[in-house]
Amino acid sequence: MKIGVLALQGDFAEHISMLKKIGVETAEVRLPKHLNGLDGLIMPGGESTTIGKLAVAYNLMDPLREFGKSHAIWGTCAGAIFLSKDIGRSQPLLGLMDIKVQRNAFGRQVDSFETDLKIDELFKATGTEHPYHAVFIRAPIIESVHGKAKVLSALEDGRIIAAQEGHLLATSFHPELTNDTRFHEYFISLAS
Amino acid sequence: MEAKTGTWTEKKGLAQMLKGGVIMDVVDAKQAKIAEDAGACAVMALERVPADIRADGGVARMSDPDMILKIMDAVSIPVMAKCRIGHFVEAQILESIGIDYIDESEVLTPADEEHHILKHNFKVPFVCGCRNIGEALRRIGEGAAMIRTKGEAGTGDVVEAVRHARSVIGSIKQLQVMGDEELMTFAKNNGAPYELVKEVKELGRMPVVNFAAGGVATPADAALMMQLGVDGVFVGSGIFKSGDPAKRAAAIVKSVTHYQDASILAEVSKNLGEAMVGRNAAHMPEGEKLAVRGW
Repeated sequence: MKIGVLALQGDFAEHISMLKKIGVETAEVRLPKHLNGLDGLIMPGGESTTIGKLAVAYNLMDPLREFGKSHAIWGTCAGAIFLSKDIGRSQPLLGLMDIKVQRNAFGRQVDSFETDLKIDELFKATGTEHPYHAVFIRAPIIESVHGKAKVLSALEDGRIIAAQEGHLLATSFHPELTNDTRFHEYFISLAS
Repeated sequence: MEAKTGTWTEKKGLAQMLKGGVIMDVVDAKQAKIAEDAGACAVMALERVPADIRADGGVARMSDPDMILKIMDAVSIPVMAKCRIGHFVEAQILESIGIDYIDESEVLTPADEEHHILKHNFKVPFVCGCRNIGEALRRIGEGAAMIRTKGEAGTGDVVEAVRHARSVIGSIKQLQVMGDEELMTFAKNNGAPYELVKEVKELGRMPVVNFAAGGVATPADAALMMQLGVDGVFVGSGIFKSGDPAKRAAAIVKSVTHYQDASILAEVSKNLGEAMVGRNAAHMPEGEKLAVRGW
């Protein structure tokens, strides 16, 4: 099992250290050739506009779309935005997941928050039941899911913050900023 | 399920999202758009870039909140702004308008020559400058959630940025081979909080994100700082004091991502036009140096 982490910009090193913690081999992806031999890909948090521009500049858009047809991809925060089809404004998107996302949906940095979540699918997959502590930073929300995409988790007010479409996963929050490896284990199960 | 805001994880976390990126100084909404379009991961809103602050002289203060708000409206990326060292009321004002990050900066004229702001008192995160590990850990002790090496702002001369990054990173390496019994003396000699010294030894890195700043003017400068081991770069005067800001900004963004790939660095370094007119930091009178501000 070898998982790549898109290393154009953002907290890719944090994802790599989580993957190492659960014994998974990793690689940094900056150019199309770096996708060779990978079983899955994580797209980290960061600035989605920066990541999108660099992906366009280094011809990664089509190779990433192709990769996502047959391999697991997980986007956290900016990565989730990049995976989506529609964000209601113009910036480069992979359009792999049938979800509509709104950037910076909770406000500015002073509104960023941490909270505990109940995520049944994750608890079932990892055989655990203690709450999942999620860190949101200038976070997006998933406004709506369409087609084969389904809701994985929502806040108490109904706002969607995690979605899955087959082997594709999107979270508004940052499991890589915690010590809880359950989401990374869940993603590995999708990549297997 | 209660939501908590303004936590240490949140403050440090936003800086983690900026890693591998370029934060650019901008003086108006138009420059902010150029920076965002070039791929900046954040912008620093200020009335005058450091090169102009040097040229104009006088007292440099926090920028007009209206000008900062216009920049916040113009872009979707995080916006930072500077307050004077020790001027906690300027910081309160910046927090109240919803700024994403405050730079308690030596580039502005210090308001207090003995104390920095107690940054733990704020919900908004702070970044502070440092020249060495002691200064970095004192700032983190006061609550800075991000550090930048100071360099010498507004010169276009990278030599001081290199000196400060090498100093900080060299000290981290030194700590790795020290015995635990040596840490208290290290803390004393460097004027650094003991608990943070222990943490740096355990982590093998700074407990918060560490960017380079002050004198970065070319893609090669930016990649040099990345290879020395910083997490990202601030570019102040280097972009909008150059011949073709949009092109240079995009090239520096690419150089920070591909900092280890010399063929890409060669490609992005081509035909960038005039770099900012440099000012040799070594020949600068002590009184004009900004990096010495900070205690």
